[in-house]
Amino acid sequence: MSTTTDNPSAQPESTGPQNPVLETADQQVAAGIPFERFLDCVHCGLCTSACPTYLETGDENNSPRGRIYLMRAVTEGKIALTEKVSGHLDLCLDCRSCETACPSGVQYGRLIEPFRIGMQQQAVKEGKPKGWFEKYILFGMFPYPARLKLALWPMRVLQKTGLDRLVDKSGITRLLPQKLRRMQNLLPKLPPSSPPLPTFLPAIGEKRARVGLFTGCVSEAMFSPTNQATARVLQQNGCDVYIPRTQQCCGAIHYHGGESKPAVELALANIKAFEEQNLDAIIINVAGCGAMLKDYHHLAEETADLSDADREKLVNFAHQVKDISEFLHELGLLPPTGEIPLRVTYHDACHLVHAQQIRQQPRELLAQIPGLKLVPLPESDICCGAAGSYNLTQPEMADRLGERKLQNIRKVNPQAVLAGNAGCSLQLQATLKAAGYTIPVYHPVDLLDASYRGVMPAK
Amino acid sequence: MTSSIPLINALSDIVGKDHLLYDAEELLVYECDGYIVEKKCPDVVVFPISTAEIVEIVKTCNRFEVPFVPRGAGTSLAGGCLPVGGGVMIALTRMREIHEVNLRDGYAVVDPGLVNVHLTREVSGDGFHYAPDPSSQGACTIGGNVATNSGGPHTLKYGVTVNHVTGIEVVLPDGTVANWGGPAGMPPGFDLTGLFVGSEGTFGICTKATVRLTRNPAAYRTMLGIFDDIQTATRAISEIIGAGIVPAALELMDQGIIQAVEAAFKFGFPLDAGAVVLIEVDGLEVSVDDEAARIKELCHQVGVREMRTANSEAERLLLWKCRKQAFGAIGRLSPSFCTQDGVVPRTRLPEILQFIEKTSQKYDIRIVNVFHAGDGNIHPILLFDERDQAQIQRVIEAGDEILNKCIELGGSVTGEHGIGVEKINFMPKLFSENDLTVMQEIREVFNPEGNCSPCKMLPTAGACGMEQIERSHPGRQAAL
Repeated sequence: MSTTTDNPSAQPESTGPQNPVLETADQQVAAGIPFERFLDCVHCGLCTSACPTYLETGDENNSPRGRIYLMRAVTEGKIALTEKVSGHLDLCLDCRSCETACPSGVQYGRLIEPFRIGMQQQAVKEGKPKGWFEKYILFGMFPYPARLKLALWPMRVLQKTGLDRLVDKSGITRLLPQKLRRMQNLLPKLPPSSPPLPTFLPAIGEKRARVGLFTGCVSEAMFSPTNQATARVLQQNGCDVYIPRTQQCCGAIHYHGGESKPAVELALANIKAFEEQNLDAIIINVAGCGAMLKDYHHLAEETADLSDADREKLVNFAHQVKDISEFLHELGLLPPTGEIPLRVTYHDACHLVHAQQIRQQPRELLAQIPGLKLVPLPESDICCGAAGSYNLTQPEMADRLGERKLQNIRKVNPQAVLAGNAGCSLQLQATLKAAGYTIPVYHPVDLLDASYRGVMPAK
Repeated sequence: MTSSIPLINALSDIVGKDHLLYDAEELLVYECDGYIVEKKCPDVVVFPISTAEIVEIVKTCNRFEVPFVPRGAGTSLAGGCLPVGGGVMIALTRMREIHEVNLRDGYAVVDPGLVNVHLTREVSGDGFHYAPDPSSQGACTIGGNVATNSGGPHTLKYGVTVNHVTGIEVVLPDGTVANWGGPAGMPPGFDLTGLFVGSEGTFGICTKATVRLTRNPAAYRTMLGIFDDIQTATRAISEIIGAGIVPAALELMDQGIIQAVEAAFKFGFPLDAGAVVLIEVDGLEVSVDDEAARIKELCHQVGVREMRTANSEAERLLLWKCRKQAFGAIGRLSPSFCTQDGVVPRTRLPEILQFIEKTSQKYDIRIVNVFHAGDGNIHPILLFDERDQAQIQRVIEAGDEILNKCIELGGSVTGEHGIGVEKINFMPKLFSENDLTVMQEIREVFNPEGNCSPCKMLPTAGACGMEQIERSHPGRQAAL
């Protein structure tokens, strides 16, 4: 166990509030976190049953209250950052469901995220380098759509020729490292390779807004039709749509993986990409990226060596970002007319419902599609287990949560599942496919687009 | 006390090695519940999945002569889950099945670890709910509700947990399994279910409960009375109850709370109001308008400044949100707070509120009030900074003074949080020596060794080996 905070100068003769002095290496992990953020938690426990990992395990160490207690105890030098402690912190999905449940306004994300960055940096200091997966795949490939598309090319060929099923059957993929095998299992039916969207698409009809479209990296590689649908729906609703080619990954993969410096560099590149067009809003259709883009102002607060001008730009950019459902709801959707006679259910992506508090907007947009029947999904706002790269780094819990989601979907027996986040879509598709349940997963905007065009959504 | 390896091995054989904790770092989060004044780590935490496993765990504890205590979600505000003397904590959080739902006969059979609101969620589509609704209902468990006889905003009309539990299965402290009551309600003989509910774990561990399901009311009317001062507000409350009206809820928030809520959520409350009262009536569509009209009339008679009515379900939810999220706003006022729980006869509310104000001035501790006014259950919230030792001492003294005043006014020191370890010292003030002796004798029938939930509820607990824990810290509690 590490040493305690027996600092004689901090003993209570003076009656003013005392924060712990960070002496040990373990305590230093919390260096970037104002201690007051821990004090926001009054230990009432109302968050516990909002937490997917607590629901699954029943262990308070895997609950938000427990994790805050652990982080605070490490910060105060009461316990060491042992492997078990960091295991409980790593098991957190960062789904922020606890923030929705918390009556005291605890900013849980702003505790766990910087703490995990601290853990990462400490590991590097101690000479524990990142594994091959983080180095080459997670940070080296995912944030770059071009590299990702290239890497997916063999898979596209296999799928096209039908050889993928043969490969699956042959069992040859079992020779792959576990994380790559899981990635292969997660892959959706890849869309045909298509040219990128043009850099400008004009409004149809009366012009109502001027927006930028953030196309994302993983989503652009695997869900480019959804990006195209988003652009068309925006045009239909009277928006000039700008799609700058110089935009980059939002930085979430790095930031959540404990790498804050590259995240800031990507953020500044994105600001540069969008800043010249004088936009009313920057639209994103991926909840995870949207939450990160809206968090740029926290990035501004937490990054020490930034110019005031950059800081201001980060804050301004964050305020411009809107999820597609949020934006269309505010703008006032021009009613789509094409009938889509489907019985569907909607899964709340954590980074929409909890991180961005967007719950009603997508449901109200979907309600305007003629013929569409939206049935409520039990536990719709409990994480599906995707949680960014969590699926690859915490496979056991991801599978348990996937199974939980599957059981809830079975209860309502829909013809399609809807989700506003690429990561959820991958996880849901893979889970449904593994269970032999052949229903499609759509983004709500896919259905809006289909309704505007008077066609059924593509399977 | 260091945990013994044979004990750990024996428990591991029962629940499996993945379902127990014994490392110091992992035990730490179990050192307290929602009451953080007193802390004590258990030696082992076990996570059983069945009644049979609990029986084996209890027998093992007896064999090793170690105390044991059940724990649900750990939302107790009185230290109900504190493992006094260490020993084995039996966490019931993996046992959360709903075994049976019978809507025609209006009951459900559930596991103790089931979260209160998950039961309501399960039956809400059919127009039913589980009536006891503590503000922690999103997290607290049915087993914990049974142990503490939980209340909530709607208990004024619908009653507390004991009115909604018709049968239980319990593991007694010697490992015997007993079944009392059932779906049909009270059988002939002693009402042992009623005796067990509220015994705070001192009679054994509830492992299954048969609970009533209540049909949702056909209609609600939700109103907000805005008063110039808190005395007028409490007079209105007395008038409403005195007129024979039983609202579904009657919740008062004072000026401090109004200002905090308004700053945080912008509900449009007048900042100069002395108090607001949230009033809800429910029942048949034809009756609620009459009741609402009578309540408005009574409020106007005592001099309410303004009455507002929620005109839609959205407005109703907004009003409730402001009541239930009041704590979020308090978190913004001060880094730490301590919620007290006391009861006075309704007619004495003005007196206790004046006393609280005086106490606040005397100790230089800001106190705000939000409470279940209908049954005189007050929740003064003392604001402080837990890093300041001097403030902490003043908060403890001020809290005790308020509770003593509640007793003096003919009330009690807890309306719904329970005695736990927090209020054990008040028991001799509330009860005569004879009363307490009878209670102890009853406990000894079930728990003669005193090793099941030792040192809870009754001041002179038996063989618990309780270490004197210095009360140096008033805790910060949310969730009424």
